[in-house]
Amino acid sequence: MANTLEQGTAAGSGRRPGTPPGDGGTGPVLEITDLVIEHRRERSREMFRAVDGVSLAIGAGETVGVVGESGSGKTTLAMAATGLGATGSGGLRLLGRDLRALRSRELRALRPEVQVVFQDPHGSLDPRQSVRSGLRELRGLQPERTSWIDDEALLEQVRLAPELLDRYPHQLSGGQAQRVCIARALVMRPRLIVADEPTSGLDVSVQADVLELLRASQRTAGASMLFISHDLAVVRSICQQVHVMFRGKVVESGPVDQVFTDPQDPYTRRLIEAMPGARWRARR
Amino acid sequence: MSQFDASATASAVELAPAPPGRRRATRRAGGDRPRRARRTSVFWLSAPLILIAVTVVVLPWTGLLHDPHQQDLGNPLAPPAVLSGGEWSHPLGTDKLGQDVLARLVEGGRLTLLIGLVGALVAIGPGTLVGVLAGYCRGWVDVVVSRVIDAQLALPFILIALAVIASQGSSLPILFLVLALTGWAPCARVTRSVAMTVRERQFVLGLRAAGASEVRIVLRHVVPNLAGTIVALGTLQVGTAILVESALSFLGLGIVPPDISWGAMLASGQDVLSRAWWVAAFPGLAITVVVLLVNLLGDALLTHHDPRKRRR
Amino acid sequence: MTQELQAPLAGSPPVAPSDRSAPAAQSPAPSGRGAERARRILLRVGGALVTLLIAVTIAFALGRMSGDPTSTILGPMASPEQREALRAELGLDQPLIVQYLEYLRGIVTGDLGTSLQFYQSNTQMIADRLPYTLQLVGAGMLLAVLVGVPLGVLAATREGTWWDRGASALALLGQSVPVFWLGMMLVLLFAVKLDLLPAGQSGSPQHLVLPALTMALYPMAHIARLTRATMSEVLREPFIDAARARGLATRQVVWRHGFGNAALPVLTIVVLQTGTLLSGAVAVEYVYSWPGLGQLALQAIQFRDFPLVQAIVVFGAITFVLLNQLVDVLHALIDPRLR
Repeated sequence: MANTLEQGTAAGSGRRPGTPPGDGGTGPVLEITDLVIEHRRERSREMFRAVDGVSLAIGAGETVGVVGESGSGKTTLAMAATGLGATGSGGLRLLGRDLRALRSRELRALRPEVQVVFQDPHGSLDPRQSVRSGLRELRGLQPERTSWIDDEALLEQVRLAPELLDRYPHQLSGGQAQRVCIARALVMRPRLIVADEPTSGLDVSVQADVLELLRASQRTAGASMLFISHDLAVVRSICQQVHVMFRGKVVESGPVDQVFTDPQDPYTRRLIEAMPGARWRARR
Repeated sequence: MSQFDASATASAVELAPAPPGRRRATRRAGGDRPRRARRTSVFWLSAPLILIAVTVVVLPWTGLLHDPHQQDLGNPLAPPAVLSGGEWSHPLGTDKLGQDVLARLVEGGRLTLLIGLVGALVAIGPGTLVGVLAGYCRGWVDVVVSRVIDAQLALPFILIALAVIASQGSSLPILFLVLALTGWAPCARVTRSVAMTVRERQFVLGLRAAGASEVRIVLRHVVPNLAGTIVALGTLQVGTAILVESALSFLGLGIVPPDISWGAMLASGQDVLSRAWWVAAFPGLAITVVVLLVNLLGDALLTHHDPRKRRR
Repeated sequence: MTQELQAPLAGSPPVAPSDRSAPAAQSPAPSGRGAERARRILLRVGGALVTLLIAVTIAFALGRMSGDPTSTILGPMASPEQREALRAELGLDQPLIVQYLEYLRGIVTGDLGTSLQFYQSNTQMIADRLPYTLQLVGAGMLLAVLVGVPLGVLAATREGTWWDRGASALALLGQSVPVFWLGMMLVLLFAVKLDLLPAGQSGSPQHLVLPALTMALYPMAHIARLTRATMSEVLREPFIDAARARGLATRQVVWRHGFGNAALPVLTIVVLQTGTLLSGAVAVEYVYSWPGLGQLALQAIQFRDFPLVQAIVVFGAITFVLLNQLVDVLHALIDPRLR
């Protein structure tokens, strides 16, 4: 299954029409240094630091995980990385360009380089658009970027039947809708995919499939991925680097195997111990 | 700020009451059973409204009715046919000038329904525009718009209406201006809060990530997602417009003779109330029935399209 | 908790932080929270003043829109000199901005101008008429609450039954009837046909019955619908089941735990509706020849007495903004979750 997929896209992966000149593809795709983002609380109107001095870098083709419990600032970090949310203060460079220094038009031109897959697939699709008309709109927005593949082939890539093209979001299952979201991200040929808890809104039975699809398509498309999750097992299976976040701060980071087999920080240790089957996995 | 919020929540709750029995249906069976039930109720509520509209438009052409302006001073204040002294030539009786009440009711219905429809449109149009703008843009636009909405709602609306009419005289365009002035603010308040929730949906972020411009997102995605709410609000506004028109005409500041509207008929019935109740009773009844139907329909539509209830 | 209750009333910064159970991650110093609350109160009062300013400005603009008052007063035959003299007397020869500032100064000092029609202080005339309108609004609102709330609770506790449907239909009907027409029909039935109650004028308690009944219908419908909506939400909460499980009597569960939690939105709408009633009074006072503010407004409009119209509009706006502030204070007093 995975084989045919990779063959299917190998032909298309040679050209990258959207690649901006100048970055050479060698530097980090995303570089965050000492990022601080503050929110104002609704009720009390107090400032509170959602992201507190976080640094991380994602190289080309790399998958970096961010783990933490809810409220640890993961999503705020992810939204900052896409340039869609609050950008706060500190270094924030996407493809070598400072996101805050860009004018809104430049920012909009850069945005297709980063695509997001959210937790709630149904919330990520306009309920009034069929899959086909949604894709048509994306193609209208970025004609050159998206011309490399037609709708049927795209759906095949995310292992959906072409009949689903004329369905509306409420006629899709959670897993199907999430595949559509992944397809909508892939059609842009992004350099970076930000996946914010992409499987936690899905039934357990389809989680593994979607995860596998995400990994495979990221690899074949040659994109990098920032993978946000609270699920350590998932992060371990998909990422090379991992950062553990706790109350806005990164408490531990490093290569996945190192962090999981030899955690330094007490919080990381607690998280790993709480994983189902942790002991057994560690011994393997 | 919170004064606005307080009233907004209050009216949001009140605008979307669950129709009787609906919740239980949702609880018992998932699926599309409640949805179908609501669709039927929307049908059964619109059907009589359409019937009334068709009647008032078509009936004068059939020649079955008297000329609504034809006076018969020899036969003033004739009672309805079913009462003693009534005749079937004037089924609902005559007014003080001997004009046929039924013919006037039909003729007045044309103008009243027209005022209801146009009056709703002129209020919903600007209201939606302003509400979407404020709810989607947030920031200072929202602050300014919210303040103006508050100020507008703080003005006693009947007095605004009266002041405008007193200065400009009463005519149909002025009446529409008054309906727009008094109707835009509540509509803007509701669309603002719905636009705010649509704006927070993730597909908006996804489109932005695809390089879509804000204008495009608003026009192609936010507004279509608001359409149901807007239609429901517009329907409710039809009822409000009819009530406002009738109140103004009643006070002699809306539709004035020789034009006929239900409100104007009420005004002409007031001074003969003790001798001929039918002159005022029938147009009032007509207003009540139409507004009741419109309100029921608007409620059904609003529940149908309430984004909070539709999300799952 | 008591500190929180006093703070909004006093309108001054509270002395010490309360022991709220808010999540205290990275919480600022205690004094910061008190200052924060003071700032919030200031912001709210400031916001209300801005609202008022906009409303008052709209009223001013409307006054200017109503055309040349000199021709209204002097008639079309007056000479230009007479007109000029009157303009100077009314202050209309001043630049618009001066007139506007003068108008604002008047509002602040409680001077709402002089009527063209009655040659009296507008403030004084409003004060004379206000008690009548307040009587009407007060009696109407009392009636609306006394009927509307039980009706809403009845509908909510018997959700889906014919009781519920009947109450809901009645409430919706109340919002669909033209108020003045209802007034006419009540007069017809009780004054003309049955001869039980007086049809117009004011004076005795009997005179109040019909107008108050007419006034009450719309807010009653509104209150009943809102009570039903909020009550049926509240009654679905787990703590209601918990209260039932503890063996409390149904009536106690419904009224103490259920309505106790639904009371706030209902109270809010009662206060806000009082503001709306003030303008609803126009038609009702007209039907019953009730000598209140509404009648005064109608007279002013028929005579194109724009200073008086303006004064009444401004008075209405001030009342409405004050009522809104009252809602805020009520929220602060009643809702333990707030602030």
